[in-house]
Amino acid sequence: MQSLSITAFTATCAAGSGRAELLRALDSGTSGLKLNDFGRDPLATYIGRVAGVEDAPLPAEFSAYECRNNRLAWLGLQRDDFFEAVNTARRRYGADRVALVLGTSTSSIGATEEAYSRLTPQGEFPEYLRYQAVHTPHSTGEFLQRSLGLNNVAVTVATACSSSAKAFAQGSRLLDLGIADAVVVGGVDSLCGSVLFGFNSLALVSPEPCRPFDAARSGISIGEAAAFALLEREDAAGAPAPRFIGYGESSDAHHMSTPHPSGRGARLAISDALARGGLQARAVDYINLHGTASLKNDEIEAQAIAEMFPQDTHASSTKGWTGHTLGAAGALEAVITLLSLESGLMPGNLNSRELDATCGPQVRLGNARGSVRVAMSNSFGFGGSNCVLLFTAARAS
Amino acid sequence: MTSLLAQPARLYVNGVALWAPRLPGWQRARGILAGLEAPPAEPAPRPAPELLPPTERRRAPDTVSVALEAALAACRFANLDPASLPCVFSSMHGDLSITDYMCATMASTPALVSPTKFHNSVHNAAAGYWTIAAGCTRPYTALSAGDHSFGAGLLEACVQALAGGENILLVAYDIDARGPLAPVARSKHLLAAAVIVSPRRGDTAIAQFELKLDTGPGLVPSQARPQNAELVAGNSTESSLPFMEALALGGAHDILCLATPSLGLVMRIGAP
Repeated sequence: MQSLSITAFTATCAAGSGRAELLRALDSGTSGLKLNDFGRDPLATYIGRVAGVEDAPLPAEFSAYECRNNRLAWLGLQRDDFFEAVNTARRRYGADRVALVLGTSTSSIGATEEAYSRLTPQGEFPEYLRYQAVHTPHSTGEFLQRSLGLNNVAVTVATACSSSAKAFAQGSRLLDLGIADAVVVGGVDSLCGSVLFGFNSLALVSPEPCRPFDAARSGISIGEAAAFALLEREDAAGAPAPRFIGYGESSDAHHMSTPHPSGRGARLAISDALARGGLQARAVDYINLHGTASLKNDEIEAQAIAEMFPQDTHASSTKGWTGHTLGAAGALEAVITLLSLESGLMPGNLNSRELDATCGPQVRLGNARGSVRVAMSNSFGFGGSNCVLLFTAARAS
Repeated sequence: MTSLLAQPARLYVNGVALWAPRLPGWQRARGILAGLEAPPAEPAPRPAPELLPPTERRRAPDTVSVALEAALAACRFANLDPASLPCVFSSMHGDLSITDYMCATMASTPALVSPTKFHNSVHNAAAGYWTIAAGCTRPYTALSAGDHSFGAGLLEACVQALAGGENILLVAYDIDARGPLAPVARSKHLLAAAVIVSPRRGDTAIAQFELKLDTGPGLVPSQARPQNAELVAGNSTESSLPFMEALALGGAHDILCLATPSLGLVMRIGAP
């Protein structure tokens, strides 16, 4: 792939709304996880809930798309002048030349859940939820395409927890082939009953704030997020911008909800990303790990990192700050990785106290600062879908 | 209208498959769509995908069943090892039966939700089962683009084929909506369409096409013959039929297939 400029990026999650708040939370070690207060009979767990989603209706012209997921998407677009950056790209290239690739796992299923909980006596959806737009996975993709006024490719990637990392890969191919001149990539996933009770049924949900890579970790904390990036060809970017230089994708071919025992798919994706970026493992300064705090993921990922990277690579999961934001995790953690490249802050593993014995020296408990020139982000999903993204700092101007 | 590709790209269809209750498998579908054969009087029962272990065939969700049937048939058509192919799975809705189950359970007894149903509820379940059954470690993706999910999937398969210079498997599928969701999601029957596309002509190529991309508000998608359209009418992947019909008929066809309401794949299809 050609190396691309990330000319705008933003994230909204429990740990912060916009880049400045998120960076401050990372730096100060302030977690966004709180005791679960979502829905009826909430499970005894901690969640990464974005404040204010309930109080932020969509503009009236988009009322057919009303639901938590699309509200979160809309909130996220307004941060860090991202909406304006897309408008600028649209004016510069034309709406026909700006694409949208959105990752999500459950999209607006929360609206469908709500309809089932409020059926009419005849067993039908209540009137206000009877439109199709929100009861399908492309709900948020279609809403974003319309609200951003884009006429190029507009598609939803739904590969569970790798979704919005894969959006970066798919977007880069559109630029490579000349189909688009700019691509909005991102991820939006919001809290809903299906994921809270679903992950709980698999005994993967922790009763405490998640502790990635801790020897005594007890599962995941579920979160929600909206995160976006604008990809353009490098020669088109005006100001120096961080660069997206490689991606790696693979399949585990093992099990629907358990990773391959030797991390085969994860290793393939990491090697593929490094090869595509033309870099050796030793060039990577910081790795934002998938690190869900589930027993299996962290064990397998830690082993792969220990075997593939030198001792001085700094690696961590930031899910102790944000929770696992599922289909939005790839894009959210890409943004955190970009913040690391910009600021030199390499986060540790918040909430974790004693690292698992499988961890090599790469996995760190505490934050560190240094020169971060190359950084990587891992995303691994149900169904054995893996995606690894590779970024570098802006070239010196 | 503006063309998005500097010059048309040439792709080959090296494998093809189709499954619907009244188009049960490519061999028969080809004759039915060409008007040479009558559709079955009784709808064919749900296929039992050979690639799954016998114990899993019966329990597999409908999406997995119909998508894996078409995926394997397309690989066999092309004489390609399923483990060797990157793949694009595309579906407007995913498994509507499991969505109905999940939402009904959330409304009644959320704490009792089935863990198996939950991990089968992800949009990439069919792709996940396929790569597991095929032993395929190549990348897959799982897409949705509303009514235009087939076109969006075909475009992504073509993009990957052109970017990597290799065969890509596309499987597009939807099933019938169940329960209170049915009047809203409105999808009917089972349908899976699969093609293997590549910039290189394979020995088994059934067609080639020149691909252009056009944008604009006035794009009018091609329609299948009414008697063919009726065979899959109401399924959320029915927009695959004009392209599949052109492959069944053979010869030259101009097909416009939407990937969004304002983006079309403009394909000049011909003999390979």
